[in-house]
Order: sequence, then C-alpha cells, then structure tokens
Amino acid sequence: MGKVLMKGNEVIAEAAVHAGCKYYFGYPITPQSELVAYMAKRLPEVGGLFLQAESEVAAINMVYGAASAGVRVMTSSSSPGVSLKQEGISYLVGAELPAVIINVMRGGPGLGSIQPSQSDYFQATKGGGHGDYQIPVFAPATLQEIVDLMQDAFDIADRYRTPVYILGDGMLGQMMEPVEFTERKAAELPPKDWATTGTRGDGGPKITNSLRLDPDDLEKHNNHLQEKYSKIKENEVRFENYLTEDADYIVVAYGTVSRIAKNAIKKAREKGIKVGMIRPISLWPFPEKPFYETRENVKAYLTVEMSAGQMVEDVRLAVNGYKPVHFYGRTGGMVPSQEDILAEIIKMAGGDQ
Amino acid sequence: MMELVFERTNGLTEKPTHYCPGCTHGIIHRLVGEVLEEMDIIEDTVGVASVGCSVLAYDYFNCDMTQAAHGRAPAVATGIKRVLPKDRIVFTYQGDGDLASIGMAEIVHAAARGENITVIFVNNAIYGMTGGQMAPTSLVGQKTATSPFGRDIALQGSPIRVSELLATLDGASYIERVSTHDVASIIKAKKAIRKAFETQKNGLGFSMVEVLSTCPTNWGIDPKESLDWVKEKMIPEYPLGVYKDVKGGK
Repeated sequence: MGKVLMKGNEVIAEAAVHAGCKYYFGYPITPQSELVAYMAKRLPEVGGLFLQAESEVAAINMVYGAASAGVRVMTSSSSPGVSLKQEGISYLVGAELPAVIINVMRGGPGLGSIQPSQSDYFQATKGGGHGDYQIPVFAPATLQEIVDLMQDAFDIADRYRTPVYILGDGMLGQMMEPVEFTERKAAELPPKDWATTGTRGDGGPKITNSLRLDPDDLEKHNNHLQEKYSKIKENEVRFENYLTEDADYIVVAYGTVSRIAKNAIKKAREKGIKVGMIRPISLWPFPEKPFYETRENVKAYLTVEMSAGQMVEDVRLAVNGYKPVHFYGRTGGMVPSQEDILAEIIKMAGGDQ
Repeated sequence: MMELVFERTNGLTEKPTHYCPGCTHGIIHRLVGEVLEEMDIIEDTVGVASVGCSVLAYDYFNCDMTQAAHGRAPAVATGIKRVLPKDRIVFTYQGDGDLASIGMAEIVHAAARGENITVIFVNNAIYGMTGGQMAPTSLVGQKTATSPFGRDIALQGSPIRVSELLATLDGASYIERVSTHDVASIIKAKKAIRKAFETQKNGLGFSMVEVLSTCPTNWGIDPKESLDWVKEKMIPEYPLGVYKDVKGGK
C-alpha cells in the first residue's frame, strides 16, 4: 500500500483499525467528529462494531465493558467530552483494563472553543480522574506518526493492562497529509486470561473490579500499579532530539507546535543562534534523559505550548534548576506563529541577532 | 440416610452475603442463581454488579462478573454483550438509587436501543449502602436521612415508576414488576426472572424485572413489618404486573 492523502481524524481511525481495533464507542464532539463518522463506516467492513453512545459517560463505560470482555477497543473525544470520561478512565485503571482514548484537544475551560489547544496536558499526564494513577500519553506531531503510535498504544495497553491516551490537537485532527499504513509484525503480548467472557471452557468465575474494601488489599493493588508504572517508565519513553548536539539553547515543544517550532529554529540558525529542540512524544512517562544530557551544556530552555504553561512544569523538574526555563504559550485556540517563537528564541539568546 | 430437600443453587457461590437481616436481596440473588442454573447458562453468563448494597454481587453469583461505576451497568453490559459471541448472556443487577437516579440515562438508552440484556432492578425505595437517603423511588411522605420530614412533592418531586416509563420504549421487549413480600409473590418473581433471561436467550431484546424489596435497617422497622410495608405501601404506588411483553419479536 502506497501513500494516501487523508485528514488527521481519519488517520487516527484507520490507524486504530490497522492496529487491530474492531470496536469503537463514542459520542460526537467537534473537532474530532470525522473520526466518529469514519469509524461508523469503516468498522462494519472489518466485522467490527461502531456504536454511538448516549453520552461520553456511557461511551467510556461501554469501552469498560468491551475491554473487560477482552477485545481491543477505543473511544475518542475532545476536551469537554474527555472530562466526562474521567470517572470511567479511573475505573479502567482500577480494574486494569486496556483501552485507547483519543483526545483531540480544543480550547477551554468550560465549553471553551473548537479551535486547537494543548490545554489538557495536566488532565492527561497528572491523573485526570480520582485516585492515584498514571496513564501512558503519546502526542504525535505528524499524521504518519499517528500510524506508528496507534499500534504502540494498543500494544502498550494490552501489555500493561492500562488505558492509553493519544493526545492530539484540533490542528492535527483537521490537517491533511500523505500517510502510509505499513504492516507491522504483531507484538508478543500476554494472553487475556483475565477477561470476563463467560466461564465455559476456561475454568472458574472471574471478576473485573476496581473495588477493594480492605485497606491492606487496596494498598497492595496500588503498589502493584506503581510497579507497573516503573516498568512503563523504563520501557516506553519516546522523544525526538532535533539539532541538540551543538545547541546553546533548546526549545521544548510537542505535537503540532513542535512543527512550527522547527521552522523557527531553522530561521534562528540562519541568524547564527545555535538552537535545537527536544520533542517529547511520550508526555507520560516524560522524557527526562534528554534534559539530563543537555542541561550541563546549554544556556537555557524555552518551552512553547498552546496552553498557559503545563508541560513547562515537567521541563523544570527535569532541568531541576540547572538552567533557566522560559515559557511561551498561547491559549484559547490561538496558535503560536513561527515569528512569535523566533522572537522568543532571540529574546532567550539575549538580544537582537 | 436423610433425604436432601434443600441446597444452595450452583448459580451462587458459597460466600455468605453481607446483607442485613430481613433484607430480600438474598432471596432475589437466589432466584437469579436458580434461573441461571435451571436454564443451564451459568457458564455462558457475565453479570454486571452496580454500586450500592449489591456492589458485592460479584462475589455471590457463580458466573463471570464485572463491577460497574454507579449507574453505568447498562452501558458496561452493552459493551460486553456487543463484543462477545451471541450465545453469551449478560445481566445487570442494580438498585433503585443506581438505576433510577444517577443511571437514568444509561437504562433509558439501553432499553431504547433494544440491547439484548437482562436487568434485575431491585427497588426498595431508599439508598441502603450509604445509610438510608431518599431515592427517586422513595414514597411521598417517606422519612429518610435526606427527607427527615417526609418526602414532600413540592420540595423533592414524585416517585419515578421505572417499569411504566421504560415500557413506553419500542426497544423494551419484556418488563414486569414483581415483589418478594410473601411466598406466592416470590414464586411469581422467579417466573418473571426466568422469562426475562429467556427473552434474552431468544434474542428478543431488552428485558427488565423490577423487584420490590425490603430495607428493614434503613426503613427503621422490623423484617416482618417491612414485608407488610411492601404490600401495603409500596405495591399501591408500584403496581405489580407485566408492563411489556413483545413475545415473538418486535
């Protein structure tokens, strides 16, 4: 299969199908509605099921049910809808059920806007719902990267028995780019012998559950979750270094903002500023290593986000006071321009180059 | 040798239940367990426990069980039923706080879609697990922890009759309200539960049995008085009977 020109939201959907997802439960919300419509048409073709739920709350609980029955399943939404899913996501974590959740982020708070944003970084990476948990979060920057990350997301969900987020923004969902759906060898994954499918032929009754009334029992379960998170931190960190080897300054950006930042970096280099970029691809686990490796040598970092400053907190933790960490952000659906970012780089570098 | 005249149904586990003395949850569990056993579907069944007194139902039914968030059992059951092979049976076991209050959207839409699941809806007109608060099903004048002066229509509205409400939906195939206040009504309740599971087995769509139940602890009366309260107070408000029976299909 060669390259095809597709819209971001449709690529997310098709990539999920290629990753072996046959079941989708969702509810319409802009700016990811094309994804829902694509699944409605596409899943019956692969013998799967698309079901429009009565709400995001119902959708995530249908996902919970399907996941408990052992199938690959996903849901998608945009910011306000993802807030509604948080209860169910916490239950998925508690019951250790695998699922993939897409958030095509829009501006907030409240009903906010329908324009692109990165304002749900905290929600995705710092728990989101109630309880003491983490969820792996991946943020593609191109439509081709969606294809690769989607397969990873489903594999990681199954391997660690956890929900996984794919965090995009309205721009990524709406843009068109050529993509290629490459066939990948299926990962070796543990059997889903925990699934509640009826006991016929597979032994005694099984239970999927997040309730543990005995404090000792619940603490053991939480310790088990923490051990799982340690393994995810060891194995699933993803990032891209761009021109960081000789860099005096480093821009930190993820998702579509990183693409604008790249162009600004090229312009800055033309002006003689040695600037590079660290692009976190996994937002949790956050890639700390590239900061440990650069913080001795660079002069400063600049985090650029479509938020009032969320990822910048993780950048500061990783830089740990070694060097100044600057921030430039736009909110409400406003997208930082190449010129804006270039001006911030020049400011960081201490003058008018 | 003594003749065995009564034993635990294989539809239930050996775990003792946590229910209060005089609560009829235990009877309703047994009826469901017996039906699963008699229909020989224990191994084909996935049950969905809800939130409330019956939250631990996953320990009591001898089939695969999933525990759902408060009110969401019909959505969870939908997810399970839609992805498993067609011969699997899926039921939810929900109380009135769970189903008729926080879970109203999920139950209405599961019925409207004609989800081929069975709902056992236990209505005792109160929130039990949290300590006796007013439920949407609490009777007018009923004193609870959150209606200390009695449920007042002007302040708290009127009770919701779920069976009647869901029976208006085309997707609902079989809906009956039964009671557990005496032996005759318990026998009728079992027949209704069996019919509900048969409705699902025959692929006819959504089935629900509303079972009127007691809560001596939170009603503040003894078990015998509780059974009388069901008969004298609840049944006039919640008349027993078949509200929907589509039989051969829709």
